[in-house]
Amino acid sequence: MAKLIAGVATSHVPAIAAALDNGKSGEPYWQPLFKGYEFSKKWIADLKPDVVILVYNDHASAFSLEIIPTFALGCAEEFPPADEGWGPRKVPVVKGNPDLAWHIAQSTILDEFDITIVNKMPVDHGLTVPLSLMCGQPKEWPFQVIPLCVNVIQYPPPTGHRCWNFGKAIRKAVESFPGDQRVVIFGTGGMSHQLQGPRAGLINSTFDKNFLDRFSADPESLTKIQHLEYVREAGSEGIELVMWLIMRGALDIDAKEIYRFYHVPASNTAVGHMILENRH
Amino acid sequence: MTEQEKYDDIPGTTLFDAAKSRAGYHLNMFCMSLMDDANRKAFKADEAKYLDRFPMSPEQREAVLKRQWNRMLELGGNIYYTSKLGATDGLSFQNLAALMTGSTQESYAKMMIEGGRPITGNRSKSEWKNRG
Repeated sequence: MAKLIAGVATSHVPAIAAALDNGKSGEPYWQPLFKGYEFSKKWIADLKPDVVILVYNDHASAFSLEIIPTFALGCAEEFPPADEGWGPRKVPVVKGNPDLAWHIAQSTILDEFDITIVNKMPVDHGLTVPLSLMCGQPKEWPFQVIPLCVNVIQYPPPTGHRCWNFGKAIRKAVESFPGDQRVVIFGTGGMSHQLQGPRAGLINSTFDKNFLDRFSADPESLTKIQHLEYVREAGSEGIELVMWLIMRGALDIDAKEIYRFYHVPASNTAVGHMILENRH
Repeated sequence: MTEQEKYDDIPGTTLFDAAKSRAGYHLNMFCMSLMDDANRKAFKADEAKYLDRFPMSPEQREAVLKRQWNRMLELGGNIYYTSKLGATDGLSFQNLAALMTGSTQESYAKMMIEGGRPITGNRSKSEWKNRG
């Protein structure tokens, strides 16, 4: 059976894409951020996963207010980079794994997670920035990617508790898939940030560092954080952190923390990053 | 406080809930249309005429034409949509944030480099009453 071996949590700030794509990653402003991912790039290059399930949110690129799926699973052969208003990022087309994706869709729906199956979906910076941070600028992405797009823009997003349980269902789905694929799951977005209104620029490092500690050692306690607390304490866009709980729910409760990085700022955002490996 | 009152008490923050989404549908879909280069050109050529394509309220039209970024949020705009109008004007998220917070670009960027807007004093509207 396929095996879910590790998880990666990371922010997905669009300015990171702009910095990389415009050759600014060595500038003093950006250098500390990219330095923080050097370990991670080596780690994933050594690990060589076959498939990454990438939990992210679309930013009014593939979806608009016409259709707002809470959980949308990308089951296509491939996913082109989205045009977010400046032309698509010049990054490789994302290759999917329809066999495994459809299996996850079937398994999780029968487990009572009523997800949306998507066969056509451009992917924006929410998905491609984590790939760039973890893989640099290759000609082809070094693994297949199954996009799992979560609504965190229209209130209410799914609860952290729901995300956690969905992660468990994904783990069960992966590990009932006949094959020998080694699968890693990414949870992206966050950490504290607010992009809108007179409170824009909010950063709450105390909240973020506490979240990272508990994410590693006591993750289930994070499922009790209510939306109100995310919005007030981590900013209106900090609520993206519920997506991290899908990733964490898919891992062992005692998964081993391999690496952690925290940096303020990337544009308006506190960047958080953690790698965990399953023991079992 | 009710749950709604607790959200409303968070200063300087608009929750994009059902009411806002319904009120802002056409405003946001106008912004969405700016993903297309031909539409961006048509909008730039004659903004008022282009807006006729979208059944927005007069207040929403005015907010768009005058680039009143906070007002757009009050009228149902969502930042991920209004940022597309910003991009059409050549403004980044950080440029927009500076405008929405009433800062200069320099002082906003400096605030972020120094660790961002602190949470202390920014949790409740009651803490904003005595702001200068």
